[in-house]
Amino acid sequence: MTPTASRPIRLSIYSMPSHLPVVRAAVEKACRQAGFDEEAAASVVLSVDEALTNIIRHAYKGADDQQIDVELELLGPRGCEGLLVRLRDYGDQVDPSQIKPRDLDDVRPGGLGVHIMKECMDTVRFTPAKGGGTLLTMIKRISVKQEAGK
Amino acid sequence: MTPNDSGSPVQQVRWLDKTAVVDVAGEIDLSTSTHFQHDLLKVLDKSPKRVVVNLSGVSYMDSSGVASLVKLLSRVRRGACSLRLFGLTDRVRGVFEITRLDTVFEIYATEQEALA
Repeated sequence: MTPTASRPIRLSIYSMPSHLPVVRAAVEKACRQAGFDEEAAASVVLSVDEALTNIIRHAYKGADDQQIDVELELLGPRGCEGLLVRLRDYGDQVDPSQIKPRDLDDVRPGGLGVHIMKECMDTVRFTPAKGGGTLLTMIKRISVKQEAGK
Repeated sequence: MTPNDSGSPVQQVRWLDKTAVVDVAGEIDLSTSTHFQHDLLKVLDKSPKRVVVNLSGVSYMDSSGVASLVKLLSRVRRGACSLRLFGLTDRVRGVFEITRLDTVFEIYATEQEALA
C-alpha cells in the first residue's frame, strides 16, 4: 500500500451551528496529526470556526439546511509541513475584494472573523466557486519557531 | 460543566452585595452565544454596581462569544457600573489577544483579584 498522508479528509455538513463543534474536533485532530503545537492548533480551529460562522450568517443568511464542504489536507510528503483547509459553500457569492478585516480600534460587537482568520493563518484566499458559492482556502504551516522548539 | 438546560453557558449568578458574579462554562460559539448574551444582559436589570464574569469553566470561545462580552461592556459603560473578567484559559485569552480586546477589558487571574 502507498502512504496516504496527503489524501484529504472530507466532511460535508449542514449549515447548522450545532455541527460546528464536530468540525472543530476534526480540525483539532488533523492539526495534531500535522504536528502543530497547542497554540497553533487552537488558532487553526478558531479560524475554521470563524469561517464557518461567516458562511452560515452571510452566505446562507442563517438557513440551517444548506451544504458546506470541509476538506483538510496535511501538507508535505510526510504530512508534517502544515495543514490546508478548504471550505466550499453554495450560497450567495461575495466579491472577494470586499471581504476585509475591520478596524480593531472601533470597539463594537461583530465583524472580527476575517481579522482572526488573517491573523492566525498564513494564507487566506476567497475565490468564487464554479457553479455558485465561494471556495475559501486557508493554509497554516508549521512555524520555524515551533520546529526549533522540538 | 456544560450549557444549562436553557442552552446558555451561564451557569449561575452569585450576588455579593451589589456585585454580580456570573459563572460561565462550556463552549461559546454561534450555537450558544445568543443565550449567553441574553443572560449576561439580563444581569443588568438588577442594577449591579459591578459585574464580574467567571470564565474559568469556558473551554472554547469564538468571536461571537467575545461580541457578547463587548455588548455587555458597552451597556455597562452607559451606567454607573463596571465589568471585570477572570479565569480565562490560555485558549480563551488567545481570542482576546488576537482581537486586541485584552487591552479593552479588565482581566484578572482569579476571583479574589477581580473582587478586590
